[in-house]
Amino acid sequence: MVYSVGFKDRVLETINGKKTRAFFLSLLIIIVVLLPLGVNNYVEEVMTNTFFYIILALGLNIVIGYAGLVDLGYAAFFAVGAYTTGILMRYGLNFWLTIPIAVIFCVIAGIIIGGPTLRLRSDYLAIVTLGFGEITRITARNLKITGGASGLVGIQRPTIFGHKLYQITDFYYTFFILVILAIIVSLRIYHSRLGRAWQYIREDEDAAEAMGIDPVKTKLYAYMIGAAFGGVAGAFFAVKMTAISPETFAFTQSAMILLAVILGGMGKIPGAILGAVFLVFFPEIFREIGQMRMLLFGILLVIIMVFRPQGLWPERKS
Amino acid sequence: MPILEVKKLTLRFGGLTAVNNLSFDMDENSIVSLIGPNGAGKTSAFNCLTGFYKGSEGDILFQGQSIFRQKPHKITKLGMARTFQNLRLFKDMTVLENVMSGMHSRTSAGVLGAVLRLPSQRQEEKKIRQVSEECLDFVGILDKQDRLARNLAYGDQRRVEWARALATHPQLLLLDEPAAGLNHDEKDQLVDLIRCIQKDLGITVLLIEHDMGLVMKVSEKIVVIDYGQKIAEGTAEEVKNNPKVIEAYLGKEDEE
Amino acid sequence: MHAMTVFYTIIQQLVNGLILGSFYSLVALGYSMVYGIIKLLNFAHGDIYMVGAFVGFGALGIFGNALGIGWLGITVALVISMVLVGFLGIVIHRIAYQPLLNKNAPRMSLLITAVGVSFTLFNAVMVMTSGEYKAFTTSLGYDGISIGPINITYTQIIMVVATAVLMLGLYWFINRTMYGKAMRAIALDQDACRLMGINVTKTISLTFFVGSALAAAAGVMAGVYYGSIHFYMGFIIGLKAFTAAVIGGIGSIPGAMLGGLILGLLETAGTQLPFVGSAWKDVFTFGILILLLVTKPTGILGKSEIERM
Repeated sequence: MVYSVGFKDRVLETINGKKTRAFFLSLLIIIVVLLPLGVNNYVEEVMTNTFFYIILALGLNIVIGYAGLVDLGYAAFFAVGAYTTGILMRYGLNFWLTIPIAVIFCVIAGIIIGGPTLRLRSDYLAIVTLGFGEITRITARNLKITGGASGLVGIQRPTIFGHKLYQITDFYYTFFILVILAIIVSLRIYHSRLGRAWQYIREDEDAAEAMGIDPVKTKLYAYMIGAAFGGVAGAFFAVKMTAISPETFAFTQSAMILLAVILGGMGKIPGAILGAVFLVFFPEIFREIGQMRMLLFGILLVIIMVFRPQGLWPERKS
Repeated sequence: MPILEVKKLTLRFGGLTAVNNLSFDMDENSIVSLIGPNGAGKTSAFNCLTGFYKGSEGDILFQGQSIFRQKPHKITKLGMARTFQNLRLFKDMTVLENVMSGMHSRTSAGVLGAVLRLPSQRQEEKKIRQVSEECLDFVGILDKQDRLARNLAYGDQRRVEWARALATHPQLLLLDEPAAGLNHDEKDQLVDLIRCIQKDLGITVLLIEHDMGLVMKVSEKIVVIDYGQKIAEGTAEEVKNNPKVIEAYLGKEDEE
Repeated sequence: MHAMTVFYTIIQQLVNGLILGSFYSLVALGYSMVYGIIKLLNFAHGDIYMVGAFVGFGALGIFGNALGIGWLGITVALVISMVLVGFLGIVIHRIAYQPLLNKNAPRMSLLITAVGVSFTLFNAVMVMTSGEYKAFTTSLGYDGISIGPINITYTQIIMVVATAVLMLGLYWFINRTMYGKAMRAIALDQDACRLMGINVTKTISLTFFVGSALAAAAGVMAGVYYGSIHFYMGFIIGLKAFTAAVIGGIGSIPGAMLGGLILGLLETAGTQLPFVGSAWKDVFTFGILILLLVTKPTGILGKSEIERM
């Protein structure tokens, strides 16, 4: 064939080109925006759920992908956010005002967990975060204010500009906006002084420290920001579900979010998105697997780590 | 006032004394070398100065302020930069990004600045870039700024390390065996570079080096240690003829 | 009279703590051994314990008719479980961990793989048991020695003795046999061992075998002791056994034994404290763990690591 020489390269170049990327990205956004016009509630529900996991995956990606820290209790932050909003709204506070408070509580939780433990080696950190996740869940189950084992029910729906958010389409767009914000925040932080500091530490902690970077403080920032993502997601989760219970935030939840990040590829925003999409879509498409879902996820996690630790999303060459 | 004063520094690992009662000081804008046979404790002493090891006893004053047992990043922030004996670059980042790390302790933009792209943050980013490019230009590899650090030739990787250390704006620069692995020409260029760092940038330099030719050429003062202890101190000429030094390097005659 | 009641309570709790501690020790040993040899926090170890309990349960179901469900049947089930789960340990090592060790993968990858293995094991058992509790029925009664109000059943005594026997056996194995020496040597310097002709991979597999077998033993004993088993039983004990290993100094065999006992005693004491109680006892344990990791990460018998560089 005449054009076979370098054809593949040319195709790849076109696909990777900046203009093409922008085109596909716009197309994707348009499809997502228009989607609710043409599909039923079920699809919208699944999509909203996906958006929700994308936010969590992007938050955990900051901790694990950018800063290179293991966190096996990420659901705890999401729990703190959800419970804070749920409880404060019960006392009559407006939903939108509970968000900053939820974020502050999550950041404090991040400092409590990270402050004393970030000096530890990565494997100890894993266990501590796991323990922290469990402590949060047990605490939620044992306290009166959190509603004990049955959790909080009857959380009010929020209103914005006089419009009450209660239909699935409302939440579809709300969570979609949150996804866009999460991506922008992730991108901007990554390409900043702090984002670079995480990279330096991940590559060589001693060298980074010799360059005047405080490793503990820098890592703590990752925890705080990751926690804030979890807090926001949790707050919106509470009003979407109108009910939360401690078991929602069990280890399985943390492991799922971890899988989303690992599957797509640590440290890559499209990767985290791809991972979350897979996580939600897969069991919906293959309904018959039912209980096997978690088992397959476990096996998948091992397979990914053994054969493709960089995740499914391709590495960009520079 | 000397820029650096080391007072009776001692470092023990369990039963082993790596640095023993070491004292010396450095004048502002001088070039001093710390030499000694293999395993004499040079690198241990160096790591105490930069905070990577916590000394057991003694004191280290930098510009009159004690930095003994301080954390490395704090020491760097005070104005003391180091390089590593076995290159410790951020290998999967570009040359420019590597050098930008040096500006970290001289800048302050935080999370909010980054998320909102505040004017002050954008200004700062521009400055970081500009200073880093200047440092790369100074060591002569500005044209390689967009390459990944791992893809550079060894000699150029060394230069990245120097540029990176210079980007921290140090008053005192500690070079840990900078000539290791360099060829003859590169060593000559290194001598020029060290002199430029001293003369043009006004930075004081402490050198740990094996290459005696280089040490004798650039040092204004040489401190010789053996078994963790100082055995001689003085100019190149003085040290060269000191019997203790000759003994440490060549061994006693009757030992043979 | 108060003084006597308090005294009896203390003795009774001491016995309970000792039993709990025995289980923790056995599981902690596996953690510590694997950590000592390849510096991997084997996250799936708690699940190995759980699988051990279920294999023992299955074996007792098969052989129970012929051998009875008394001590004879239980012993046979215990041995079968130890051997099978030991091999499961080897399989996990070869499939999930060794490929990463060969590639010299970062520690985080190993850790995440271990999380995946854990997830796989407990979900596999969940699917097979439909997530139900299984009654671990035995014919052991509650006979025992009574001193005043204190009751110590024969079952409790036998469990503690069995744990002691297993530990002594392990101690002998590690210190006196060639394989044990190889393990200790690999923990010190893998490359040197390779040069000396020690088959490193095989020795690591052996470590997994021994560690998993001990956890399986603990699983079967816990099933017998508590009378019911569940797919989630390994999760919490995994965390606690790790705590025990850290208390004693991770990597240290006597440390794991000691740490388990200390944790068992602390925890039973903790449930007696006001404000702790059984609802908060897990929080209490993790509190201890976090406190310990922050203040003395080397544990009681652990060696301090040489500083960096």
